[in-house]
Amino acid sequence: MTAPALQTTRQCPYAPPEEHTRIRDTDSGISRVTLPSGQVAWALSRLEHIRAMLTDPRFSSDRRDPNFPRFTREQPSFDIMRRSIIQMDPPEHGPARKAVVGEFTVRRMAGLRPRIQEIVDEHIDAMLAGPRPADLVQALSLPVPSLVICEQLGVPYHDHDFFQVRSSALLSRATTAEGRRQAVTELCDYLKDLIAKKAAEPTDDLLGRQLAQGNDPEDVLSLAFLLLIAGHETTANMISLGVVTLLERPEELAALRADPARTLPAIEELLRVYTIAEFANSRVAVEDVEIGGVTIRAGDPVLAMSNAANHDPAAFDDADEIKLDRGARNHVAFGFGIHQCLGQNLARMELQIVFDTLLRRIPGLRLATPADKLSYKDDVLIYGIHEVPVTWEDPA
Amino acid sequence: MTAIVADVGRCVGAGQCVLTDPDAFDQSEEDGTVIVLQDSPSDDEALKRAQVAVDICPSRALSLTQ
Ligand code: HEM
Ligand code: SF4
Repeated sequence: MTAPALQTTRQCPYAPPEEHTRIRDTDSGISRVTLPSGQVAWALSRLEHIRAMLTDPRFSSDRRDPNFPRFTREQPSFDIMRRSIIQMDPPEHGPARKAVVGEFTVRRMAGLRPRIQEIVDEHIDAMLAGPRPADLVQALSLPVPSLVICEQLGVPYHDHDFFQVRSSALLSRATTAEGRRQAVTELCDYLKDLIAKKAAEPTDDLLGRQLAQGNDPEDVLSLAFLLLIAGHETTANMISLGVVTLLERPEELAALRADPARTLPAIEELLRVYTIAEFANSRVAVEDVEIGGVTIRAGDPVLAMSNAANHDPAAFDDADEIKLDRGARNHVAFGFGIHQCLGQNLARMELQIVFDTLLRRIPGLRLATPADKLSYKDDVLIYGIHEVPVTWEDPA
Repeated sequence: MTAIVADVGRCVGAGQCVLTDPDAFDQSEEDGTVIVLQDSPSDDEALKRAQVAVDICPSRALSLTQ
């Protein structure tokens, strides 16, 4: 069966690609598309259908299954590490997630607030002391989430650069398959070493506590790798996109500055409209399942067009408008079901601290390049902006 | 009277309920699973928040019973 090739280019940064909207607005909202891997997948595009899939145990997250939706020709080689929670299905997933979720509760995250504030302030100090324009991506968006997760895991300060370089390489479009493999191997070797040291000399940090709970060092390795990768580029891109969006809307920016209680709802809306990890909710069927009148067969890859779903008019009023005070939290930007983002409350808090602190400390912040001239990441899996030149007036 | 029921076995500790209403929900220190602090919503506003929590709970661990 032939099916049209998947389109991933967004005509507008905060709207899904037109092809996804078109599929969503057909009678069934479900269509067949050919992925860059050559696989033919079912594409789901409505919020109701994606939520149904993500709460149905007949779909698997096993990214090593050859039928799992892929975006590269070659099957990525995962064999140097064990499966991490994002690749696990029940009954394996629940206990593995519960072993770590206590580290990410809303209350635990609130305890990290003072330290994250410090990190954000230091990076803003450094940016203010440097030349104008500055690239917000390098000054703030990338280093803040990276430092936060490294400290939480217990990666020594002097190794942060090592991490930054490799995790950026892993996610950059300029990196070759060989370069990617090398980055994975180096990160993996480094983490193995670090975990062995922590096993010998216990430390009071996330990795140390995982070992102290008696978790197998091999499983701690996979977890460490996942945590380093899953929260870095994602949070960084949301920082960049969020700042650009706010700077483009002076009235709403003024409202946020006047009332910080507006920041969290605004973050929720930014998560929805950008849906940066738009295909992260994809799955493979392990049994025949009917969704929306369509029979998906065991072994069929299923692509979640989560961006189209987060703009579904059946779920959101004026779905294509950015309304920073909308307050809707039924989106799937962090996923849904048992794999819903483990780091979501950390991400929310980092975004909140960055936005509030920037607005408060640099009231004269503005884009040095107009928003429509910025280079958006259309060709990578996590949507974002490559560079955000900003400048500012000296505070009065 | 409406009661909030949590199926701790299903809960995946996403904390969406705590964000929705910190007076009604908490998470266990140990494994992050939900702890219901208020068994039944005290007024209409609390009931509305409880309904939101039920709708957005990713693992369908929450429900309201009469
Ligand atoms: C704005 C930033 C973020 C976005 C948009 C995002 C998005 C997502 C999505 C869509 C999923 C679901 C994947 C699936 O269902 O297969 C997910 C899972 C996950 N995320 Fe995030 N994420 C963000 C930040 C973070 C951070 C900061 C961390 C950790 C420090 C993190 C760690 C994880 C982990 C461990 C999982 C897998 C959970 C499981 O399988 O049970 N994420 N994320
Ligand atoms: S929202 Fe649901 S899964 Fe998340 S902590 Fe509350 S009950 Fe558990």
